[in-house]
Amino acid sequence: MNLEPVIGLEVHVELKTDSKMFSPSPAHFGAEPNTNTNVIDWGHPGVLPVVNKRAIEFGMKAALTLNCSIANDTKFDRKNYFYPDNPKAYQISQFDKPIGYDGWIEIDVKGEKKRIRIERVHLEEDAGKNTHGDNGSSYVDLNRQGTPLIEIVSEADMRSPEEAQAYLDTVKQLIQFTGVSDVKMQEGSMRCDANISLRPVGQEEFGTKTELKNLNSFNNVRKGLEHEIKRQEKILNAGGEIQQETRRFDETTGETILMRVKEGSSDYRYFPEPDIPNLEISNDWIDDVRASLPEMPKERMERYVKDYNLPEYDAGVLTATVEMSDFFQETVDNGADPKQASNWLMGEVSAYLNSEHLELHETKLTPKALAEMINLIADGTISSKIAKKVFKELITKGSDDVKALVEDKGWVQLSDPAKLLPIISDILDQNEQSIEDYKNGKDRALGFLVGNVMKQTRGKANPGVVNKLLKEEMDKR
Amino acid sequence: MAINEETVKQVAKLAKLEIEEESIHAFTKEIDQIVDMVEQLEELDTEGVEGTYHGLPQKNVWREDKVQKGTDREELFKNVKTRKDGYIEVPAMFDNGGSEA
Amino acid sequence: MNFLDYTLEELHEKLVNKELTAVELMESVYENIEKTDEKVGAFLTLSKDEALAAAKEADENGIDPDNVLSGLPVGIKDNISTKGVRTTAASKMLEDFVPVYDATVVQKLKQAGMISVGKLNMDEFAMGGSTENSALKITRNPWDLSKVPGGSSGGSAAAVAAGQVPVSLGSDTGGSIRQPASFTGLVGMKPTYGRVSRYGLIAFGSSLDQIGPFTRTVKDNALVLNAISGTDDRDGTSYRGETPDFTEGIDKGVKGLRIGVPKEYFNEDAKETAIVESVRKALDLYEEMGAEIVEVSLPHSKYGIPAYYIIASSEASSNLQRFDGIRYGYRSEDIGSLEDIYVKSRSEGFGLEVKRRIMLGTFSLSSGFYDAHFKKAAQARTLIRQDFEKAFEDVDVLVAPTTTSTAFEIGGKIEDPLAMYMADVLTVPVNLAGVPSLSIPCGFSEDLPIGMQIIGKHFDEQTIYRAAYAYEKATDHLDKKPSFKGGE
Repeated sequence: MNLEPVIGLEVHVELKTDSKMFSPSPAHFGAEPNTNTNVIDWGHPGVLPVVNKRAIEFGMKAALTLNCSIANDTKFDRKNYFYPDNPKAYQISQFDKPIGYDGWIEIDVKGEKKRIRIERVHLEEDAGKNTHGDNGSSYVDLNRQGTPLIEIVSEADMRSPEEAQAYLDTVKQLIQFTGVSDVKMQEGSMRCDANISLRPVGQEEFGTKTELKNLNSFNNVRKGLEHEIKRQEKILNAGGEIQQETRRFDETTGETILMRVKEGSSDYRYFPEPDIPNLEISNDWIDDVRASLPEMPKERMERYVKDYNLPEYDAGVLTATVEMSDFFQETVDNGADPKQASNWLMGEVSAYLNSEHLELHETKLTPKALAEMINLIADGTISSKIAKKVFKELITKGSDDVKALVEDKGWVQLSDPAKLLPIISDILDQNEQSIEDYKNGKDRALGFLVGNVMKQTRGKANPGVVNKLLKEEMDKR
Repeated sequence: MAINEETVKQVAKLAKLEIEEESIHAFTKEIDQIVDMVEQLEELDTEGVEGTYHGLPQKNVWREDKVQKGTDREELFKNVKTRKDGYIEVPAMFDNGGSEA
Repeated sequence: MNFLDYTLEELHEKLVNKELTAVELMESVYENIEKTDEKVGAFLTLSKDEALAAAKEADENGIDPDNVLSGLPVGIKDNISTKGVRTTAASKMLEDFVPVYDATVVQKLKQAGMISVGKLNMDEFAMGGSTENSALKITRNPWDLSKVPGGSSGGSAAAVAAGQVPVSLGSDTGGSIRQPASFTGLVGMKPTYGRVSRYGLIAFGSSLDQIGPFTRTVKDNALVLNAISGTDDRDGTSYRGETPDFTEGIDKGVKGLRIGVPKEYFNEDAKETAIVESVRKALDLYEEMGAEIVEVSLPHSKYGIPAYYIIASSEASSNLQRFDGIRYGYRSEDIGSLEDIYVKSRSEGFGLEVKRRIMLGTFSLSSGFYDAHFKKAAQARTLIRQDFEKAFEDVDVLVAPTTTSTAFEIGGKIEDPLAMYMADVLTVPVNLAGVPSLSIPCGFSEDLPIGMQIIGKHFDEQTIYRAAYAYEKATDHLDKKPSFKGGE
């Protein structure tokens, strides 16, 4: 049987607010356990939630970026379940009126573009964290409890692990451009669960799906799906049936493992949260938030191609992350030639970041310094060879004044004929044979002479100028 | 009879309660009577009526995104029965995926 | 000091004139509690040391002559969070629980200079109408010690009725202030939903709960409501509008006031005759004083009980899930697994009535029943609210009996939960509609107080107080004092 995978993803993204979704305690964790918590996060008797306005705005930004409609009329609901990291035994979430709905994004798999629909984007609070000990105990840290989250639920529009990965890449890129989240899977600010089923090609109806959890990296999403496709294929091809169940991806074995079978008992008893008044989001508010969105990758890319004459591929690389794109823009705004800025960022800068496993903001390089350096190359102050040294200096140590730096280091190119001529005359005097050879049409002689001048000036001479002066001087002799 | 002992057991499971075997019969009868009573609502025509889920029809109440320091951890732990190194200690759980967020 | 003889303003005057110091006053409070609470059983926890220290401080700082509550004692229902003072909700679940924060109302009373004497008994988690559901103590009615004080705020009512404190706070989800006020001859206010912050009130039915004062007189009540009302940033459901002075215009009289009489609240059942008669008499008096009496209809009243029990129990089933034995509260000794912590702690920690409501609520929210139960009840609630809104297009206040009976025998009804539920018929529609309602004494039947409720428009407590004040001035129910008779 020829089977086709049907994949839908649920992506959780943590919003980068200062305080929590429903309580004023700090929304960053990583601190000592249970220190960024208060009585509200602990669900002490009598406490009440009050919504963080910025979390709503961040949720709107994310939803708008994913081409969702924003609900004018929205609310919070309680999702009831017992777990030690869920102190109230209900999670405040959104059930039937999510803040964003009916969105879509365009993904690109090997040049083929496809639209993936997004069913909904809703706001909710994160749970705390359980650490499993090896002594029969678990340990609860509530620092993360109450951190604002959005859950992005796609339609089951993906047909391969590659599409799923492209979808995640695009969601990450778009959210990152809005600035509402760090969207880092390795740090948990982006998390992904997948629903996957198989069906015979051509069949309209979906097969029975399983839910995959613990897909904590882009690679694991792909690997988990690949394994699950194989597992389901094997069962179906043997005439078996897929159980509706939740499975966990095990990183060490690369396999998915059964967590629990869905039964009637997982009944979350959703109902409207009586402690939080409904929200009425006006069109004016939506317009304001929309207007506050930064220029998104697609628009930036188009502009780079149109205004800066960059190849589409280069524009795509530069807009892959908001950090790179902003850096490029600032470099250009600081007077650098866009093509040169692009070359440096895609070339030396990217190579350095890759080899050092760093991100741009972790280096000392600034857009202003890069622009200055590019201009110093353009006006001949430094050679492109020396520029590599300058670059190393700028990215490891940084500089506020690149011109002063190259002067200080003695990296300025010698281009002044008045300074070069005496050296050239000396060298010509000492190499009469080479003049002879040159005049007899031996090009190598010129190279030899240039080399000598470079040696004499310890590499500082501007080779172009030296070339020109040598020729002129020899013609005079 | 809307409620039988099986329903009572199922609901108790959801609510994390245990109804003792010897009292389940009486308890079921009581709950059934109560459910019968509340089901008087069936006769009420509510076609097209919006539900009221809040005590006050107030909308758009929020706070600005301002941080306040957390509650002192020692204060919070005064009521905790078992702890270790700043964590709340509980018996290990089956990984039933309860953490939904 | 017997508070039955003085109003808050009179006590305040004594403090200002230095006839009495705050410390003397506070010492007499505890002497009196020692004398009477053996019989009444109102208090679960006394905070004598803290209270005497606060009184001393009040004396040292001088009583503020402009602040009528300054230096005066108050009792707090034990479902209101008091920092450092055990708060149990009368449950085994919280028997040893010491909160780390003060409820907003407690902060506000402190700011007003009031001093908390201790914590008052109640039905466990405010579920009940007799205080017999307390896991910790029996509270008796000072008018007849063999009778219940009502509930769930039975301790709050009994303490004021017994003259132990001049003021107490209670909470009202379906009548839990008004019914005990009625059973003990007090003035008890259930303010408009949102008028008083719920931050720090251990939630029962979140969309219904309100905190309110018990006092002997109407003006005392308005003075205390002044102190505890207002917008609270920590409670998103607290009202974002203005808070008036509730004593303003309190003595304007009722001339021209339109009083609605909801016909559904006047069941001429033989057992109720004394109550209905007393309220009718009160209406006659109002008419004499120049009010206009208008019959109105609240046609969906009969659906109040089912709608209320579904909504309150559903919300409670969710609210009470946090009592899981992990972060605070009772934990079973018999623990093998995580599931044991949950199931055993909750099964051992909650009393029978609490379990009943959790079961009903969980059932009403569960898939397959949500639409027929919870959603249907929410729709019925809309119709009930609309009944009130429609009635208030024509009248300024509504007057009705608070209860269908006077205080009943301890042990008399507790075995029949359904009968207990049905007894809330006259109080629950008010909570469902969110409107304010005050219960005020309006006579006696066989030496037991009868209560009458005055129901107002949303956020119009002022008119309620005005109507109640006029009635109180025109009658002498206050002259009668509880006898502490009966009991074993």
